[in-house]
Amino acid sequence: MARVLVGVKRVIDYAVKIRVKPDKTGVVTDGVKHSMNPFDEIAVEEAVRMKEKKIASEIIAVSCGPQQAQETLRTALAMGVDRGIHVEVSGKDYETLQPIHVSKILAKLAQDEKADLVIVGKQAIDDDSNQTAQMTAAVLDWPQGTFASKIEKGDGNLTIVREIDGGLETVKVKLPAVVSADLRLNEPRYATLPNIMKAKKKPIKKVTPKDLGVDTAARIEVVSVEDPPVRQAGSVLADVDELIGKLKEGGHV
Amino acid sequence: MLSKIIRKIAIRRTYHENIRTSFLYFAARKLHNSQTLQQTAQNESSTIHASSIQRGNYSQLTSDHIHFFESILDKQRVLTDPSDVEPYNVDWLKLAQGQSKIVLKPKTTEEVSAILKYCNDETLAVCPQGGNTGVVGGSVPVFDEIVISTSLMNQILSFDELSGVVMCQAGCILETLENYLSDHGFQMPLDLGAKGSCQIGGNVSTNAGGIRLLRYGSLQGNVLGVEAVKANGEVIDCLSSLKKDNTGYHLKHLFIGSEGTLGIVTKVALQCPPISKAINVAFLGLKSFEEVLKTSINARKKLGEILSSCEMMDHATLDAVTSNLKLQNPIGEYPFYMLLETSGSNREHDQDKLNFFLQSSLVSGEIEDGVMASEPSKIKAIWEIRERAPEAFKADGWYIVYDISVPLKHFYEIVPIMSKCLAGTSVKRCTGMGHLGDGNLHLNVSGKEIDPNLPNIIEPILYEWTSLLKGSISAEHGIGIHKTKYLHYSKSNSSIQLMHNIKQLLDPKGILNPYKIFHN
Repeated sequence: MARVLVGVKRVIDYAVKIRVKPDKTGVVTDGVKHSMNPFDEIAVEEAVRMKEKKIASEIIAVSCGPQQAQETLRTALAMGVDRGIHVEVSGKDYETLQPIHVSKILAKLAQDEKADLVIVGKQAIDDDSNQTAQMTAAVLDWPQGTFASKIEKGDGNLTIVREIDGGLETVKVKLPAVVSADLRLNEPRYATLPNIMKAKKKPIKKVTPKDLGVDTAARIEVVSVEDPPVRQAGSVLADVDELIGKLKEGGHV
Repeated sequence: MLSKIIRKIAIRRTYHENIRTSFLYFAARKLHNSQTLQQTAQNESSTIHASSIQRGNYSQLTSDHIHFFESILDKQRVLTDPSDVEPYNVDWLKLAQGQSKIVLKPKTTEEVSAILKYCNDETLAVCPQGGNTGVVGGSVPVFDEIVISTSLMNQILSFDELSGVVMCQAGCILETLENYLSDHGFQMPLDLGAKGSCQIGGNVSTNAGGIRLLRYGSLQGNVLGVEAVKANGEVIDCLSSLKKDNTGYHLKHLFIGSEGTLGIVTKVALQCPPISKAINVAFLGLKSFEEVLKTSINARKKLGEILSSCEMMDHATLDAVTSNLKLQNPIGEYPFYMLLETSGSNREHDQDKLNFFLQSSLVSGEIEDGVMASEPSKIKAIWEIRERAPEAFKADGWYIVYDISVPLKHFYEIVPIMSKCLAGTSVKRCTGMGHLGDGNLHLNVSGKEIDPNLPNIIEPILYEWTSLLKGSISAEHGIGIHKTKYLHYSKSNSSIQLMHNIKQLLDPKGILNPYKIFHN
């Protein structure tokens, strides 16, 4: 039976109104409500369902970030994950942490924990990178099935239906493999109170990137973060002639 | 089962003289073949509950009248094209259908004043309309009353950060006000499912309740001032923004909850609480109504000052929401569900408090299961289950909601009684949900095709029962057109007479929202 490693990221809750910091170095995160990246919730749900179907034997959740990342791990534990690993990255290092770093961390952990499957959300809703799954597979030299909307386990392999621009693509990958979860893979469960109680007893191990031999030095520099331009008001026109007049005025015809 | 009801009533008989024994015949009566609502002659209304009403002695609309209106408002704010007027003639539940030929859309109090003065002089009946989200048929005409829509009176006039008082025109949409206030760190003192469409003038005119009443009180306390226009066009300015002002009669109360029959509200001054830094929501599953009551008592004791909402719904309600709207049920299948919300200033303190309360309720067996959320996205998802329930019922085809206030002990009793009485009819669902913390039950009845006879089966039973318990036949929805026949169940004859006297004083010609509230 497979041991599954799930990557979960703590992001600003999607229902919160994002505000750009006045100094344009980033968005306001202090005092702002965070939650687990919605695609990662789907990844966790899939792993838990595999365990319930007895396809997986143990699920380990991993999160990279400051101390609060443990809250995200607790949510994963309350959904049915067995144990958590908190890779502590904070301060400046966390601000410039990129998929290139995370993928090396996940790859090392997958090897150390002898995972058969690494599953993450297809992208994080804060940076929309959509790179971690792909890079992790490359570092491990494992096959990948990204944008998964259906996963079926065979003998030593997985059949994955992927949502792509042209429609649905089905691929078969040998285990061990890396998968990224897309929206329609499943509907994640809520963490219910009895499970939240049980989760308090599950272990969370703390490590640093250094322990894993991963260098988290910045590979990018954030130049500025700005609001998108304010949407201009439209106007109601009386008839087609006026429309043509306005289009000519604006140099559009 | 029916014999149990009869026995219960016989016992209560001694407490209430006016029981009609025909009550029981209504309960056992069989249905006739259903008739579809047909468009009827000009002097009859096709609105459910209004079929016996005759059009009052008001003037008919003439082209001279239209020209006058066009002279004070621009032409595009006077709607006369039938396809433009149509949406203003039907209410949200599609149970009330008016026959108005004209809609006026003023932007200022002066325009409202000019319109009303003219209508009063010409004896033209009017129907003031806000967001048209009411559920008692009070927001649409019964005959050809002129619709005066406040939709364009949507300016927020001022906000005082020090006192938290916002002043705005009556046509401001609740959600718009909420968004504006949240930028300043404040929130509206009321919140309801219709927030995306309902207007504050309508909320004030119906003394709307909603899901925050438990914590912030009713509009009667939170409305500090009102500007309204009387039937004769006179502007009554009580737009004070002071929390305390005992100078003579509190005239603003004439316009709060009088459903547009004593004046048209044009401006409102509201006191607003600061926005809570820490909001938590819990969705619980319970095995019986007894446990629901125990939990709500415990919630009030243990969560005390941070409790901001206490709602309940039965399994049938959740079933409508999950099947019709495809929303996710956070927990398993249970006979009853509760939604608790806490709002406080300290995240950790509130979470610990709520957590402790929920864990101990779980251990003691009062609740079977539950989820707790503090992330805005999850809070929103859980509230949707409760707030979108009316939408879910409407998706069945047609939907009537009844809204009563009874002592908490008897809160849910009527639901199984009514379900039994409606068995064998075209009703698909008969469910109960509501503001448990306020003792306010919403009885929901829905089905595929409307049967005009159903109210005749439901209402006598429901209102008799409510009256026996000295409850209110309309906790927060108002009387509108649907409950005019039943006003006496909850108000004494002398009270009703005084209401008539006040109406006569403020609107002698009876042009403001006629046929509503009173039945004659």
